[in-house]
Amino acid sequence: MSNAREAGRRWHDMGGKDAEAIAHGEHDFALWEKRVDALLRIATARGFFTVDGLRRVLEDMGEDTFETMTYYERWIASVTENLIEAGVISVDELNARMTEVEARGPTYGDAQGAGE
Amino acid sequence: MSLPRVDPPPFPPPYPPGNPRFGSGDAVRVRPGIAPGHIRTPWYLRGKTGVVERVCGAFGKPEELAYGRDGGRVPLYRVRFTMQEVWGGKASRPDDTIDAEIFEHWLEAADAP
Repeated sequence: MSNAREAGRRWHDMGGKDAEAIAHGEHDFALWEKRVDALLRIATARGFFTVDGLRRVLEDMGEDTFETMTYYERWIASVTENLIEAGVISVDELNARMTEVEARGPTYGDAQGAGE
Repeated sequence: MSLPRVDPPPFPPPYPPGNPRFGSGDAVRVRPGIAPGHIRTPWYLRGKTGVVERVCGAFGKPEELAYGRDGGRVPLYRVRFTMQEVWGGKASRPDDTIDAEIFEHWLEAADAP
């Protein structure tokens, strides 16, 4: 395809591009990944944003994040941004909570074990 | 104890029809537009001509919903394209077809200038 035809095409709009081999492997989801999924369902059911908002942020995060972050890492980044935009949480609240959780310890088990 | 009988919701739900400009069998062309933001119309179909397979109903406008705005409902169509139309000489089975759901604001009549 010519450059003129491709100009304006955004990185995520991949249909028809050459692709590498598809990885057919299955894997279990970690607990935190399931929680990210659940958080999206709750937030959209409550009307805070839609899947269009989720995807808009994912797309705007850029092509690099597609390689450097995992699927649910990208999701939680987008869900977080959408919740801030919707006024559900503030950046200050998020920072305070993250600091509090971080202080519990370095592992996910530590983080869950206290303060709940 | 007996549980009360609950009728399941109809599936598919009765989507509001909107006021569709096109009908089944109409030849339509996907607008070749370029725009920033969140767009559901795939790049590989822009400028391509297909036939309306069905009117799906009217749905929220993704470009507006993506920013938390209510852009109203827009008729959505299932449009059928031949592989020849989409991929040209690269199509290995040119007579096969692909269906895609495209919003009305991304479509124009195929004979439009």
